[in-house]
Amino acid sequence: MLGFLQRPVVVTADINLNVVALTAVGLLSRLWQLAYPRAVVFDEVYYGQYISFYMKRIFFLDGSGPPFGHMLLALGGYLGGFDGNFLWNRIGAEYSTNVPVWSLRLLPALAGALSVPMAYQIVWELGFSHCAAVGAALLILIENALITQSRLMLLESVLIFFNLLAVLSYLKFFNSQKHGPFSPSWWFWLMLTGVACSCAVGIKYVGVFTYFLVLGVAAVHAWHLIGDQALSNARVLCHLLARAVALLVTPVLVYLLFFYVHLLLLCRSGPHDQIMSSAFQASLEGGLARITQGQPLEVAYGSQVTLKNVFGQPVPCWLHSHQSTYPMIYENGRGSSHQQQVTCYPFKDVNNWWIVKDPGRHQLVVNNPPRPVRHGDIVQLVHGMTTRLLNTHDVAAPLSPHSQEVSCYIDYNVSMPAQNLWRLDIVNRESDRDVWKTILSEVRFVHVNTSAILKLSGAPLPDWGFRQLEVVGEKLSRGYHGSTVWNVEEHRYGRRAGGEGAGAALAYADGRQQEPQLRGQWRMLTVRSDDSEHKYSSTPLDWVTLDTNIAYWLHPRTSAQIHLLGNVVIWASASLATLVYALLFIWYLFRRRRRVCDLPEDCWLRWVLAGALCAGGWAVNYVPFFMMEKTLFLYHYLPALAFQILLLPVVLEHVSDHLCRYGALAATPPWGAGSRGVLNGDSSVMQMGLGSQKRHKQGSTGVQRRRLTKAGGRGRRLMCT
Amino acid sequence: MPPAVGGGLAGSELRPRRGRCGSQAARAVGPDVATEATARSPKRPAPSSRRFEAPGRWALLALVTLMSFATRFHRLDQPPHICWDETHFGKMGSYYINRTFFFDVHPPLGKMLIGLAGYLSGYDGTFLFQKPGDKYEHHSYLGMRGFCAFLGALLIPFAYLTVLELSQSLPAALLTAALLTFDTGCLTLSQYILLDPILMFFIMAAMLSMVKYNSCANRPFSAPWWLWLSLTGVNLAGALGVKFVGLFIILQVGWNTLSDLWHLFGDLSISMVTVGKHLTARILCLIVLPLALYTATYAVHFMVLNKSGPGDGFFSSAFQARLSGNNLHNASIPEHLAYGSVITVKSARMAVGYLHSHGHLYPEGIGARQQQVTTYLHKDYNNLWIIKKHNTNSDPLDPSLPVEFVRHGDVIRLEHKETSRNLHSHYHEAPLTRKHYQVTGYGINGTGDSNDFWRIEVVNRKFGNRIKVLRSRIRLIHLVTGCVLGSSGKVLPKWAWEQLEVTCTPYLKETLNSIWNVEDHINPKLPNISLDVLQPSFPEIMLEAHMVMIRGNNGLKPKDNEFTSKPWHWPINYQGLRFSGINDTDFRVYLLGNPVVWWLNLLSIALYLLSGSIFAVAAQRGARLPAEVEGLSQVLLQGGGQLLLGWMIHYFPFFLMGRILYFHHYFPAMLFSSMLTGLLWDTLLRLCAWSLASFSLAGHVHALGILSLLLGIAYSFYLFHPLAYGMVGPLAQDPRSPMAGLRWLESWDF
Repeated sequence: MLGFLQRPVVVTADINLNVVALTAVGLLSRLWQLAYPRAVVFDEVYYGQYISFYMKRIFFLDGSGPPFGHMLLALGGYLGGFDGNFLWNRIGAEYSTNVPVWSLRLLPALAGALSVPMAYQIVWELGFSHCAAVGAALLILIENALITQSRLMLLESVLIFFNLLAVLSYLKFFNSQKHGPFSPSWWFWLMLTGVACSCAVGIKYVGVFTYFLVLGVAAVHAWHLIGDQALSNARVLCHLLARAVALLVTPVLVYLLFFYVHLLLLCRSGPHDQIMSSAFQASLEGGLARITQGQPLEVAYGSQVTLKNVFGQPVPCWLHSHQSTYPMIYENGRGSSHQQQVTCYPFKDVNNWWIVKDPGRHQLVVNNPPRPVRHGDIVQLVHGMTTRLLNTHDVAAPLSPHSQEVSCYIDYNVSMPAQNLWRLDIVNRESDRDVWKTILSEVRFVHVNTSAILKLSGAPLPDWGFRQLEVVGEKLSRGYHGSTVWNVEEHRYGRRAGGEGAGAALAYADGRQQEPQLRGQWRMLTVRSDDSEHKYSSTPLDWVTLDTNIAYWLHPRTSAQIHLLGNVVIWASASLATLVYALLFIWYLFRRRRRVCDLPEDCWLRWVLAGALCAGGWAVNYVPFFMMEKTLFLYHYLPALAFQILLLPVVLEHVSDHLCRYGALAATPPWGAGSRGVLNGDSSVMQMGLGSQKRHKQGSTGVQRRRLTKAGGRGRRLMCT
Repeated sequence: MPPAVGGGLAGSELRPRRGRCGSQAARAVGPDVATEATARSPKRPAPSSRRFEAPGRWALLALVTLMSFATRFHRLDQPPHICWDETHFGKMGSYYINRTFFFDVHPPLGKMLIGLAGYLSGYDGTFLFQKPGDKYEHHSYLGMRGFCAFLGALLIPFAYLTVLELSQSLPAALLTAALLTFDTGCLTLSQYILLDPILMFFIMAAMLSMVKYNSCANRPFSAPWWLWLSLTGVNLAGALGVKFVGLFIILQVGWNTLSDLWHLFGDLSISMVTVGKHLTARILCLIVLPLALYTATYAVHFMVLNKSGPGDGFFSSAFQARLSGNNLHNASIPEHLAYGSVITVKSARMAVGYLHSHGHLYPEGIGARQQQVTTYLHKDYNNLWIIKKHNTNSDPLDPSLPVEFVRHGDVIRLEHKETSRNLHSHYHEAPLTRKHYQVTGYGINGTGDSNDFWRIEVVNRKFGNRIKVLRSRIRLIHLVTGCVLGSSGKVLPKWAWEQLEVTCTPYLKETLNSIWNVEDHINPKLPNISLDVLQPSFPEIMLEAHMVMIRGNNGLKPKDNEFTSKPWHWPINYQGLRFSGINDTDFRVYLLGNPVVWWLNLLSIALYLLSGSIFAVAAQRGARLPAEVEGLSQVLLQGGGQLLLGWMIHYFPFFLMGRILYFHHYFPAMLFSSMLTGLLWDTLLRLCAWSLASFSLAGHVHALGILSLLLGIAYSFYLFHPLAYGMVGPLAQDPRSPMAGLRWLESWDF
């Protein structure tokens, strides 16, 4: 209890000056003259607009990636006090004085700088020497493509940071597995792995490949754990559960958290509202919410509504009609009913209003109290401006001849009776007597006579239809499809009815969190980018050979330029290292299969793990690009390159330790001096008298471990057991 | 012992027969386990019954085959009109009989076999196969259908034998056979002139021979070993020769071979020389042999189809020269381009066509209001252009002037022959590809401006070389803007008669879009040479045919807003395909799996994953299982593992495919899934019987379980058979329909 009286309070710390120095140089290289140039450089023009949206808290959805990366960039803007007022429209435009360029670029630069000491740590944790670790860090440090990418308001450096962090923390976790499972540091590194993975995914979807890699390695290790019969069943189960929670559940939760924060931050209506559902739009400030505020919730007979198609492809639009009729004869010679056109129109218009009418009554106003429309009720829809009734009949639609034409009925007295009764089918009903609700209900209109379903075919009509979208009656419905489903967006009760019923304000709050999150996710994955050509676009094969570059910025007067271009020496040698690794790996594998062990067991395991993480990290971040159809640029290769660079010193050390000395060591005793001196001389772990003792312990065990393996492994062929 | 079903059930009690080639399971279990298991069996067959064992097995196989043929050939002639894709494959069979060249996205073997079957059964190739629903009338179509049904019927004995080999259990094999025999989907798909029965035949045959040759592993280089190994190779070639999805079974066999070799390589009792022999044998039988056969099918294909036909336009000019009836065939044209030549210019990209212009202007608001320039797939006078010098307008055909050849790097002007306007480009955006420049026809009678000047370059050539007809791949570079003439491949709207857009692209990347070649060439001042010297060699033809097929496959993109079948729909039998008939008066055939079978398959996959992982974890934890259970777990993990792998390989790649997908793509995977079901339920029921061994009725659990499954499947087939054999009368919504009450999912529309 009063132990400190007996013994002095001693705090010991190991500070690895290598790491400190590397971090310092990393910071220097990434932060020096960060605010230069004070102009929009390349994709800053793209990320910048999202930062502005965050600053102004305007809702948006970026089709190309999840929001975490944009949020991080916006955090920089927030710290620098950016107000979001800058027009991001042209690469090379000078920043106005209100843009805090330095702080906007700070976070990517920090991430890039921290990648340097992390590279050191990863190689060290993989069980290689300090020399190799320093080499890896230096290579990351001086790779000019990484420097360029880190110094700008771009996301690759942050992605690389989290990728490396995920791998590093997994390695730390894996190494602490032997000493202290379930210790605090064990938990910390395990959880950090999961969090880093989901951060990487949250920045760009390609981060998911690193996540899969870590999952795969963890699965193999877990499988070995299952095979460890020294552990009791319960303990194995605990291990598996801990991994499942940290590596499967946590990432999903963290990922959802990004979207939660995204939606929490962005509460104002903006340009991307349209692709979201009406319910979500109504939850944003301004925009639709201004209109829908205080709308009556329940649709009643006599309600005036606009009907929005839920599918919204090719564009979101509303059911529409206008005075013009279908042409008597189409261009291809087919005839029509010559009745009033019904279309889908992507703009707000007075012709989008329809009145829900009870077929049994003539009045078009809402009773007091309002009579709500329920699932299964038969209704007529009256077009507000022309007072004609929505109708469909067995006439081929103008562009989809297999479906029925939908029109507003005009009685030409030609023995073509009106067929204007529609049965309301609420798709997302909870009971069979559900009431038709504004915005929330998704409804289908089933034609009573022909059981056709009102559907947006999406085909644009020719000039006679003012290029609006075709609406048809689909005879053969094949299950649920968004194009047959509509929802009421704007709604008011017909006049002359008392205002009492309007009091039931809409309760949209519940639609706010989970559902839009999923929807946003889905939209994001399905929104397609169309134009796939760019002056600097390249193919994955160009990347390895560095056969491409990107001109990021050009000063209009002085012709000062920034180019994204890799260091040829590093790229070529890293590729060579990958090749050497693959060949050696196959060679060792085949020899081991014939029970010839060139490497001792733990040295082999180290070699395999290094390959799985570094060469594997390169492969998973590179190969999938061959299958992607989007426009590709050189910077897409950088995450793969970061892993590949780590492999270079690993392979070099292996070659120098095990292959180059092979001939010499065959003559001398295997435990001879060899690289011992290098090892000790290089370990510049200095005792400074502060911090914990743990690091030192690990370091020394690492050295011991290596000493043993070197002594046993070099120069002798072992027969594997 | 009766040889039929009863024999099967009794036979189930027998443990593995040690035939000429021991089974995998038997090897895994070891002889002591087998004897012990026999001892444990409650109803141990008397030694005298062993005499009946072999005949009983043969009888059972015969019965299975008979059932399969009976179901497949029943009402084969119905409906006597074209159903669904018969319109394509029947037509292509006719093309072989008529020897006209055509293009299809699939390799030729399947259609060749259909053509052969038609030819042998007396079909003369005169039926047009225009559209589904056309009556065959007097044309003989049964030969082709019969051939497909024959191959489709063979699937079931193959599946039976495969499962028998993997599990050494007759009930498992019998269950598999029943699942497939009574599946309406397999039945429907086997009854028509389609590629799928042929494809599935080769897939299953390859699987069977692979499993057989695995069983022969203890006697390498023996005659049966060689036989099965080379049969595997032959069937692989067949599968790939019918459709490119045959690649999946190649993957499976490849994986099996690799793990096999790895196993041999790790066996220190085998010398490296022997391992080398093993490797060579496999390379010979599984790589060289299939490749040779596959190439041979193409050789036959190109030999048989030697007349010009509907497929010509898809192929390059040089290719067309070998088809009789094509205007390039036996044609003779001047070899080198000269000023004054009249030429047509064809895009190097497949299916884009010739550079074209016509006397219509771009409409208001789309670039400059000048004459349209497009590409057009058909031959037409408007495709003709005259090469002129950029700076003089003198008639180069004047006989007093010497012939001057066009050389690589020359600056030229291309004058449209019909309208005398020059090919022109300028800084206006192209009609569809907004980042490119517009290409127009400009000038009057050949007099334009400097925007009409193009530099002609040959890809990979030095300056000053002459330009060859057909062979030279040329680029046209606009002198003023520096852009390259290209075709974007996009279809222009009605105002340009839906021809394809031509642009001048400022991106100088070398793509096929911007490469052209000269096809027709008329110049009276030059001597003509025969085109035969340009004939491509066979490897070039092979390569080009594959490029065209791959492009064609990628081109089959779903249109927007079209209801398309998604891969996840398939295993749950979400939606079928209408083969014939819509209305209640039609003869309707609907391709839909027997839902009982399919849902059982789905359940079995889940059960398999569960039980498989339990056994795997138990083994990894080092649990010591009783010998009987150990044997069953080996069957489950090894035999079942192979089947599961087959299912995955034949199913999951579809999720990555961008092309349009159909329900019937799932059927190869479904075969594997059914085999897995048979094997799984047999094993699970045996495990049940074993764990209940202390109870008196335990021995019957297995027999009863199998029997009830068989009966249930047969009954479901009785319910759903009208789907395959055809329905007439009211639709299923109507209570009077034979299918009333059977529309279990709303998405089934029969």
